[in-house]
Amino acid sequence: MAYSEKVIEHYENPRNVGGFGGEDADVGTGMVGAPACGDVMKLQIKVNPATGLIEDAKFKTYGCGSAIASSSLVTEWVKGKTLDQALAIKNTAIAEELALPPVKIHCSILAEDAIKAAVADYRHRQATTLQVLEQPACKPASAAA
Amino acid sequence: MELKLEAKPIYLDYAATTPCDPRVVHAMVPYLYEQFGNPASRSHAYGWAAEEAVEIAREHVAALIGADPREIVWTSGATESNNLAIKGAAQFHAAKGKHLITLKTEHKAVLDTMRELERGGFEVSYLDVQADGVLDMDVLKAAIRPDTVLVSVMYVNNEIGVIQDIGTIAALCRSKGILCHVDAAQASGKVAIDLHELPVDLLSLSAHKTYGPKGIGALYVRRKPRVRIEAQIHGGGHERGMRSGTLPTHQIVGMGEAYRLARETMATENERIRSLRDRLLQGLQAIPEIRVNGHLEQRVPHNLNVSFTFVEGESLLMGMKGIAVSSGSACTSASLEPSYVLRALGLSDEVAHSSIRFSIGRFTNEAEIDAAVVQVKRTVERLRELSPLWDMHNAGIDLSTVQWAEH
Repeated sequence: MAYSEKVIEHYENPRNVGGFGGEDADVGTGMVGAPACGDVMKLQIKVNPATGLIEDAKFKTYGCGSAIASSSLVTEWVKGKTLDQALAIKNTAIAEELALPPVKIHCSILAEDAIKAAVADYRHRQATTLQVLEQPACKPASAAA
Repeated sequence: MELKLEAKPIYLDYAATTPCDPRVVHAMVPYLYEQFGNPASRSHAYGWAAEEAVEIAREHVAALIGADPREIVWTSGATESNNLAIKGAAQFHAAKGKHLITLKTEHKAVLDTMRELERGGFEVSYLDVQADGVLDMDVLKAAIRPDTVLVSVMYVNNEIGVIQDIGTIAALCRSKGILCHVDAAQASGKVAIDLHELPVDLLSLSAHKTYGPKGIGALYVRRKPRVRIEAQIHGGGHERGMRSGTLPTHQIVGMGEAYRLARETMATENERIRSLRDRLLQGLQAIPEIRVNGHLEQRVPHNLNVSFTFVEGESLLMGMKGIAVSSGSACTSASLEPSYVLRALGLSDEVAHSSIRFSIGRFTNEAEIDAAVVQVKRTVERLRELSPLWDMHNAGIDLSTVQWAEH
């Protein structure tokens, strides 16, 4: 299996490994994949309720080098974005950035799913645990899907 | 692509293939140029010299397995030998019955051949093995039918190194009048084989798993009682009609020399390799939550198949680029399927995905084993730090109870 330089670089120096307390109201957790399929990604985002921006992101991944690289990359990409901007990250962009071969495209799809799951979890938490939803300081300017 | 190797990786994949022993290369070279004759040329000295070399090699191969040289048929390798034995016997005896038996853990050269025969109207039973990889004789007894014509069982499994009880299996087949074929590609030079004692009818051999060249193998076909098979390759009636085609003298000489060396060195080499295997296992046991796949004693010392749970095999291989091993998961190929052999042992997909096959050979030394252990430990520790499954395991969560979204 030939790996691109970017995949190797992320695999050897993964960014933002770790996690936040899963119970915190400002944290959204997405866990996608299945051990039987050979990859599980856990992506966590920490959102500033005042600005609505993703301030920090952490991941842990069980999977091949491309899966690790895909999740490492998205932790970098989601930081500083609004939730809607984060949701606009497409797997094709991840695959292109990492030069994933066709057989590894599912890794980028999984990373996109992890973002969606983390955002959904955060929104769900906000809706159920907080009485008052803070309005984002600016309206998300996400690109159309 | 760019794996940026500082030095050649440590080779621990001898079950995939072995380098030619330098003595083998030395023996082969004259037959590429000076002694280039066709062994089938009966009319001149070039042919006679080549034929003599082929017959000496045949004696060496026969000697390693306790056979008569006239029972050895040259082929292009164990895959062809398996095809010739299974298709050849099935087709010859089709009037007697069309049922064949094999194991789920066999090599693809056997399984795919069986599938092909199924398309041709044969019926095949693929038997389960026990959790340790060994065939339960009662399972075999229960599978035998009046129309069973052939049982094919491998001597040593290529992925887990488990040795099947060929003596008992072959004796049962003989008592029922069923032909017994054995794929011994991973057994030659590792397990003592004596076909004077063992009632095996057909036995496949390879050269390149035993320090010989690739592209040459042999099929043992018993003479007493005589075993009949149908040829699969026609064109000149070489090898007593069972396998036509000009004999590759240099390859044959290489296989002969490799088997001569195997017979000479087997006993001492196996002991040395066993101590290296023990050293490897001891080193790896410092890593928590590992499991050895396959029976612990009933296996060749050359093989150690280990699952490093909560770490995925392909990322493990990527991290251990200083070691050449193979993964129990076929993730590296286009299919994302974990090994069917490990699944047949009852391993869950995730454990099968976490498995690495280490195979040790003639040129492995202690320093290489020690260096490999260091690399494996470092990589497993690093990847477990990255693994959400490892966190969950440490938090006391049973992963089998988690509802995963399959994708």
